[in-house]
Amino acid sequence: MSRRVLNILLPALTGALVLAVWHAIHLALSEDLRFLLPTPGAILEAFRTNGDVLARAALNTTKGALLGFTSAVIISFFLALTLSLSSLVRVSLYPYLMILQMTPVIIFAPILVIWAGAGLPSVSIITFLICFFPLVVNTTQGLVSTDRNLVELFAMWRTSRVQQLLHLRVPAALPYFFTGLRIAATLAPIGALVGDYTAGSSAGDGGGLGFQAIIYSSQAKYPALFATAATTCILGFIFTSAVLALSWLALHHWHESYENTDK
Amino acid sequence: MSEPSAQSQPLVEFREVSKRFGAGPLVLDQITLATRPGDFVSLIGPSGCGKSTLLRLIAGLTSVSSGTLTVDGLTPEAAAAELAFVFQEPTLLPWLTVAANIELPLSLRGILPAERVATRQRVLELVRLNPKASAYPRQLSGGQKMRVSIARALALSPKILLLDEPFGALDEMTREHLNEELLAIRERHAWTAFFVTHSVAEAVFLSNRVLVMSANPGHIHTEITIPFAYPRTEQTRLSRDYHDLVAKVSRILRSVETDTV
Repeated sequence: MSRRVLNILLPALTGALVLAVWHAIHLALSEDLRFLLPTPGAILEAFRTNGDVLARAALNTTKGALLGFTSAVIISFFLALTLSLSSLVRVSLYPYLMILQMTPVIIFAPILVIWAGAGLPSVSIITFLICFFPLVVNTTQGLVSTDRNLVELFAMWRTSRVQQLLHLRVPAALPYFFTGLRIAATLAPIGALVGDYTAGSSAGDGGGLGFQAIIYSSQAKYPALFATAATTCILGFIFTSAVLALSWLALHHWHESYENTDK
Repeated sequence: MSEPSAQSQPLVEFREVSKRFGAGPLVLDQITLATRPGDFVSLIGPSGCGKSTLLRLIAGLTSVSSGTLTVDGLTPEAAAAELAFVFQEPTLLPWLTVAANIELPLSLRGILPAERVATRQRVLELVRLNPKASAYPRQLSGGQKMRVSIARALALSPKILLLDEPFGALDEMTREHLNEELLAIRERHAWTAFFVTHSVAEAVFLSNRVLVMSANPGHIHTEITIPFAYPRTEQTRLSRDYHDLVAKVSRILRSVETDTV
């Protein structure tokens, strides 16, 4: 059997096995506890009956995730440029970036709600704060890790700082930038969900997946709760795939990380 | 390519040049050296003898501590347009194709696309790599990358080519082959070369002047003139005189190295 067929068949088999075991566990539980672990079939059914609500909630979460993620990408890029200018700037700012990273943003959700308003504004700010750090750190690392020999080459050509930045430092930082981007892409939907869980609102657009999760668990609609979690997984999968595709487009021609994938 | 002429102005002139980095020890001590247009000067010596520093001084990548250094009558900084540097590594930008790598320094100098393309085709022809124009560096062998690096340097039409152990990382066969290729290109393009190497055979084959340097502090120990007429070919390597000169330079180099240790 070819490797390609195996690559599809094996994970499919694993999935089927997990679902079967899952169903078996459900049946093994005593009747009064079975509601805690809905069967895959029941979850699928919840998808069908709650499809409209979940789709709308997913759309709202996507909005928050995209808004927070995109603004984090843009702002982190300019901050990384500033940080790459000199080690003095880095020394002055790095400790505070670390503190920002370690701050549990969620604690401030109630205050954020007052500052920015519940729903989309708070959700995107929380997503922004969660995505920001890996982007800044990786991009900065990339901008200051330019091959010394190439820097000498540009010095030999007597290029301006701007030329050096555009033609050397920024392209050389791309692999690092995409590492940050991949991390941020996995964090963004979770960040938006958690943001929605703590600062979501039913006002106007009806809230996102986090908000919907609160409703379902308060109503003890556990199959629907599992369906909400699955929707978040799908969202994360789409986000990550999109970034992986972008990364491939930008790097596969030349970067070592794609060495054996397209030859 | 005519033989170096003795009458013309020195192209690169060191007058009692010394160099130290910060408060460190003297790296180069009282270097006096003049080259005529068309010279091919090889610098050979133990590590730490300052041969790379000497090259970097000419390149304007670092400046003299005392003495004067002129390049075509100018300071090295002002003479940038006359110079091209070939580093030990190929230093190609991995995200650009071979063609784009060669054209980049031209476009940074504001040269228009039509002329860039013509120049690129001409220099790639010299190193016989036109078929690889749209390849990325990682698709090339070590020797091919170095040839692209040399082509990129030549695209700038330099008067002076500075080469810092360009073939050091290549196997013996490829190195000999590229040595011949470099001399063949030189037949068609008059430039003066400064060539740092660890290989005596390479220095003797390429140069009309071999400078053996000693370390701590670096200075020019002995200059050996290599009298063979250009063009030199595979035949040159087989001659008795060539082998005698290689043996002679090796002997001097060995004495310098034991002195240093």
